[in-house]
Amino acid sequence: MPRCTTGRSTRSSEALKPLPGGAFGPNGTIDGWPKPAHMPAMTELDRIRNFSIVAHIDHGKSTLADRLIQMTGTVAERDMKAQLLDAMDIERERGITIKANSVRIEYPAKDGKTYILNLIDTPGHVDFAYEVSRSMRAVEGSLLVVDASQGVEAQTLANVYQAIDAGHEIVPVLNKIDLPAADPERVKENIEDVIGLDASDAIPISAKSGMGIPDVLEAIVTRLPAPKGDRDAPLKAMLVDSWYDSYLGVVVMIRVMDGVIRKGDRIKMMQTGAVYGVDKLAVLKPQMVDIPELGPGEIGIWTGSIKQVRDTRVGDTITTEKKGTDKPLPGFKPAQPVVFCGLFPVDANDFDDLRDAIEKLQLNDASFSSEMETSAALGFGFRCGFLGLLHLEVIRDRLEREYDLDLITTAPSVVFKLHMKDGEVRDLHNPADMPDLTYVDHIEEPRIKATIMVPDEYLGDVLKLCQDRRGIQLDLTYAGNRAMVVYDLPLAEVVFDFYDRLKSVTKGYASFDYQISEYREDTLVKMSILVNDEPVDALSMMVHRDRAESRGRAMCEKLKDLIPRHMFKIPIQAAIGGRVIARETLSAMRKDVTAKCYGGDATRKKKLLEKQKAGKKKMRQFGKVEIPQSAFIAALKMDD
Amino acid sequence: MKHSGVEDWQDAGFALYVHWPFCAAKCPYCDFNSHVARQIDHDRWRAAYVSEIRRWAERTPGRVLRSIFFGGGTPSLMDPETVNAVIETAFDVWTPANDIEITLEANPTSVEIGKFRAFSDAGVNRVSLGVQALDDDALRLLGRMHDVDQAMRAWDVANEVFARTSLDLIYARQFQTAEQWRDELSRALTLGVSHLSLYQLTIEDGTAFGDRYKIGKLPGLPSEDRGADLWDITQELCIKAGLPAYEVSNHAKPGAESRHNLVYWNYGDYVGIGPGAHGRVNENGQRLATVAASSPHAWLASVEAEKPAVEETALHPSDQAGELLMMGLRLSDGVDLSRYERLNEAPLRVEAVRQLTDLGFLRIANGKVAATDAGRPILNSLLRELL
Repeated sequence: MPRCTTGRSTRSSEALKPLPGGAFGPNGTIDGWPKPAHMPAMTELDRIRNFSIVAHIDHGKSTLADRLIQMTGTVAERDMKAQLLDAMDIERERGITIKANSVRIEYPAKDGKTYILNLIDTPGHVDFAYEVSRSMRAVEGSLLVVDASQGVEAQTLANVYQAIDAGHEIVPVLNKIDLPAADPERVKENIEDVIGLDASDAIPISAKSGMGIPDVLEAIVTRLPAPKGDRDAPLKAMLVDSWYDSYLGVVVMIRVMDGVIRKGDRIKMMQTGAVYGVDKLAVLKPQMVDIPELGPGEIGIWTGSIKQVRDTRVGDTITTEKKGTDKPLPGFKPAQPVVFCGLFPVDANDFDDLRDAIEKLQLNDASFSSEMETSAALGFGFRCGFLGLLHLEVIRDRLEREYDLDLITTAPSVVFKLHMKDGEVRDLHNPADMPDLTYVDHIEEPRIKATIMVPDEYLGDVLKLCQDRRGIQLDLTYAGNRAMVVYDLPLAEVVFDFYDRLKSVTKGYASFDYQISEYREDTLVKMSILVNDEPVDALSMMVHRDRAESRGRAMCEKLKDLIPRHMFKIPIQAAIGGRVIARETLSAMRKDVTAKCYGGDATRKKKLLEKQKAGKKKMRQFGKVEIPQSAFIAALKMDD
Repeated sequence: MKHSGVEDWQDAGFALYVHWPFCAAKCPYCDFNSHVARQIDHDRWRAAYVSEIRRWAERTPGRVLRSIFFGGGTPSLMDPETVNAVIETAFDVWTPANDIEITLEANPTSVEIGKFRAFSDAGVNRVSLGVQALDDDALRLLGRMHDVDQAMRAWDVANEVFARTSLDLIYARQFQTAEQWRDELSRALTLGVSHLSLYQLTIEDGTAFGDRYKIGKLPGLPSEDRGADLWDITQELCIKAGLPAYEVSNHAKPGAESRHNLVYWNYGDYVGIGPGAHGRVNENGQRLATVAASSPHAWLASVEAEKPAVEETALHPSDQAGELLMMGLRLSDGVDLSRYERLNEAPLRVEAVRQLTDLGFLRIANGKVAATDAGRPILNSLLRELL
């Protein structure tokens, strides 16, 4: 079922238990539930605090967000469910946030005044780094949540630097303080060593039990700055996020910087130039509550008959159609897919369903691209582009789960830049499209800066893995018994099961993060796989010249085991251009006859043969050779 | 027997199969319809078989009976009186061929040896002896209740008592080497055999071996390549001994072939009676596939209630063509092409035949298509191309 983003409260989930002795239980709130349908007009700047939460997966970001919402009575207990902001099943299962979500909390502080706290829950994963950076620009401060038993992880680092870049005030929070393994003093040192942030007044909490949550609320008010903005200036608002809702169409989340947006306004997207009417203006509590206007410092959503999420660009500046600003907010960039793969239906008859499903998902995710592709091996499908590997997995999982499709995913590849001899520069998304080398001057590939944090006992294995993947070491530092290594690596090597290998050599103790750094020339070649002298397009790949032979040999060996024997022997070769670099021979079938077949076996045997014939339909024909689809899937998995 | 205007199945003959569903103990590799029963009421079973034969005879009047086969299960555990009643009834309702073959499968244990004379008196003229291995350790692994000495005694008695005998061996067993098999088969060929059934051990679902195989506890089974090596040895030794394969797993001196099984492979008619028995019967121009309920109790009760639990399906001619091909290509002689074409209303797939002939796996001669010596071991692949 497609996701309905605003339908959060329709999901059933177990309610959290009331907080034992918490200062702000569901009933001790400033105003009761349910809310009136209309909110009072806009809030003074000094009564607003906007913040995000920076944390590593599993360090408790979503639980903390839930507690803040629950303690301020923003959601009635009966509507509370674990991890309120992570709406998608996949987000919940993986404990990650994929799309930014926001909630408006009203909090009566100890100074007797009631504050509006706007939390933007940012995506935690590097694939969504751009969304993170935009979300960060929409708020003034961050809570840095660190697991008091585990310390700072690689992912925390990247996001906290984004927060620092955005000029945030940062409040360190030590979570899971009630665990026996918690070592707050050591973790404070760790924060100071690794991030260089003063952690002396870090707030100890247990998001699970509710301990320390009132201190966090108070710190948001006292330690984070109020937003700035000019109410009388022309409207200038940042597009923070957008999603598709089946009832409302595209919902746009904005942060107002200057001026005021009102229901009924005609507004303009400065990047696209498109003009829309504001049909609905609301804040998320987290359900939508209508509001007549949003002023400087405020965060809310609006809708205006926008058909596709594609028509909205995260980071775009929104102003009024007339008398608007002419100065857009700095830093906009369109989302660029960096990892590509082919998605094909296992059953060719499902192609139309796949196309529909992709179109529906794209309504809600403009960062995922697709174009139709045909493969002799896999039939009709799509070449899809993603922000990163996790993004790829999330989309594939959603297609399979929400649309009930069985998919074949080809090996992920990156975008190579082909510098042609005539000076043209081409993007190569699919190795199968590689032109004749005589026209190519040189090839560039994307490189990344990877940060890996790992207990020092696994350091040797991590360094070996990075070196094997053509990495160049940039830095190696220690914080306690944990090492932080920074490597310059080709993205192509990372999309190829790097993360799985890293997890396996470090028994899951390493954390890993990366940023795309640059495109760089290298000796890259297209390796083709030939089965019985016929090229198999789905198996061709771009590889580094020095790695081609081992990769080719591994692929040939694997295919030799995956392709069933035929009545004739079959050469399996890996080749660069016309030159064969690896070869295996699959010997001919020698015996498959059924030993016994008498009168009573005729029926049974016929059924068996009919089953075999049906199995043939799942085969793809390459010349005289039939390759089962399962062989492609297994070959492309390639676990070294 | 052959006269103009006869239907196709008549060329291949007409036979009766009788299934005895009980064994003293179930063998771990066997997926036939066999059961271990504490008590068997032989009188009831005898009456049920007789009643079924009479019922089928009414639907197949005037047919010439070429063979009767007692299979199982362990039919050598049958009461000889029951065997006698079956044969007498069959002779009464159909016309027995002058050279009718009446085969009984027997296990070579002392219990059964003592009954050989009585079976012979009842009319059995051929015994197929389940020796399975000429190695005591191997017999234990196969869960057999006899040893090699006993088997040899049974073999000697069988040859004294019955006009024709056949011996079964299972090869490609766990840990069996090529040399061991060469030695074992050579010894078997010195026993004066005229018919040998040589089966490669196959692991079937629903057997004790199948269960063990699934959990990885059946080590030492040969790979496809080692199985093929053993196959090659089998062909070599049997040809040398004058018993070439006339079917995938069956070897005989010329003239000593099992006439009953040739009815199956030539896709003739056969009435199958007893629990789980299959039949192919031509009735009023329509060819029926029949299968009886496999539960001994249910079958017996249904026959006694005069509502025999036998399922009948009319076979479409093109299905018959498929079965003809599937069965017939097992024979060294092959399949009559014109018969196939009449049933299929189209010739055999020309392109596939050409390719397989070029590869040396099929041969067409004298209006017949047959698998070559190279093609027979990969018959399932050939059939996949041809069907």
